[in-house]
Amino acid sequence: MKSIFEHTQSAHCENGVVVNLLRSHGFKEINEPLAFGIGSGLFYVHIPFLKLNNAPAIAFRTMPGMIFKRTNRSLGIKYVSKKFKNEQKGEQFLDNLLNKDIKVGCQVGVFNLSYLPPEYRFHFNAHNIVVFGRENGQYLVSDSVMEEATTSDKEELLRARYSKGIYAPKGHLYYIKDKNVNIDEQRLKKAIVKGIKRNTRDMLHVPGPVAGVKGIKYTARKITKWREDLGLRKAGRYLGHIVRMQEEIGTGGGGFRFLYAAFLEQAAELLEEGELLKISDEFVKSGDLWRSAAIDMAGVYKGKNSEQSHFLEISEKLVDISEVEKNAFQKLTKLKLKL
Amino acid sequence: MKKQDIPQDKSALDGYSRELYYVKGDDGKFTTGLSSGWEVKASALENEWNDINKEIDEAKQKVADGEKSPIYYFMIKNLMDYSLLGSYMGFWRCKIKKHCKPKGFSKLKDSTLEKYANVFQVAVEEIKSFRG
Repeated sequence: MKSIFEHTQSAHCENGVVVNLLRSHGFKEINEPLAFGIGSGLFYVHIPFLKLNNAPAIAFRTMPGMIFKRTNRSLGIKYVSKKFKNEQKGEQFLDNLLNKDIKVGCQVGVFNLSYLPPEYRFHFNAHNIVVFGRENGQYLVSDSVMEEATTSDKEELLRARYSKGIYAPKGHLYYIKDKNVNIDEQRLKKAIVKGIKRNTRDMLHVPGPVAGVKGIKYTARKITKWREDLGLRKAGRYLGHIVRMQEEIGTGGGGFRFLYAAFLEQAAELLEEGELLKISDEFVKSGDLWRSAAIDMAGVYKGKNSEQSHFLEISEKLVDISEVEKNAFQKLTKLKLKL
Repeated sequence: MKKQDIPQDKSALDGYSRELYYVKGDDGKFTTGLSSGWEVKASALENEWNDINKEIDEAKQKVADGEKSPIYYFMIKNLMDYSLLGSYMGFWRCKIKKHCKPKGFSKLKDSTLEKYANVFQVAVEEIKSFRG
């Protein structure tokens, strides 16, 4: 069945699914920065003891699934979210929805997705796509990190929906319940303010040393010890891992900081609050610093720089970033945002 | 970052897609732009794959030396470890470990081999005949 669906590319897959699903339900004003900001997507966490692919577990954004959940809840949009133990049932349920011309968000593992470059196909299970129809036995797929919509065959999609390991999707799918989504301006403003408040909480007030702006300092401290503790080769690999988490397809550059700055720019206009524009600039500064740190880190894993002093420089840059972001979020806290 | 500073370096995305950046336009307002890749992270990904390919070569050698079974090689080739392969097979990791040794491998039932072949997406014969 041929379906009308407009594919919009985004930086990050989950933002993209929110945008693509809501737009297909008539909410045309939604865009990626808004979805990211309302969903309080900006975060930092460095989980000690946990290793992913033999490297430290670091994230620049909130937990998978949270942006979709928070954005829809804040905007009062009803959605259905389901998992299926039985693969056949999961497949059947998806097919039935598509027969009714419902666009469906699916959580997938990327290892089996042949439309992605092979170098990106790791066992990463928190990827999200929209399946928007079927044609000639192929599923029509909108993977928002891709420039164009694409397709996936029956076996491939089933494998992707039932990939195993951390965050195993278990056939997880979700869709918007109401046929038409209407959001008035007041509701949108309220959701934006809530998104900002929740994000300041996540970045400033999560207890312990590993999350939020404190987490960036935690990584900075760790980096000073990596060269001695791990040896140059492994330390370089760890730095390479940070750069990949920070810059790899999906972040919009600078570990989502530019995306957040773009959100604040829109918020400034909608809420008519010029101060937000100044704070937006501080996140641009932070994003630029992250990218500059990435260049320094590359100096190590490309074998150009090998001294402890290079590690200390990177560490100091991260401390600076932490201060810039702390400052920016404290200013956000102090703002009296009016509706 | 400004729009004209979006890196356009060669990367693994070549021939598949370009990625979206949020950048400042000339008017000082945010806009988006596409990038073919950034050398800084492309080299991080390249290093990662060099390491992986080295591990795969080592696994191959271990099978040739009679130290490990073909299951071990295909596991490493599929970027898996014992516990991930275990969750695909529905086995505990210790059982996978056993099958990764030549002795455990020789006792495998055909049905189990087929299940492995399905997970690795190869023919049973390819696993059986693999000598490293």
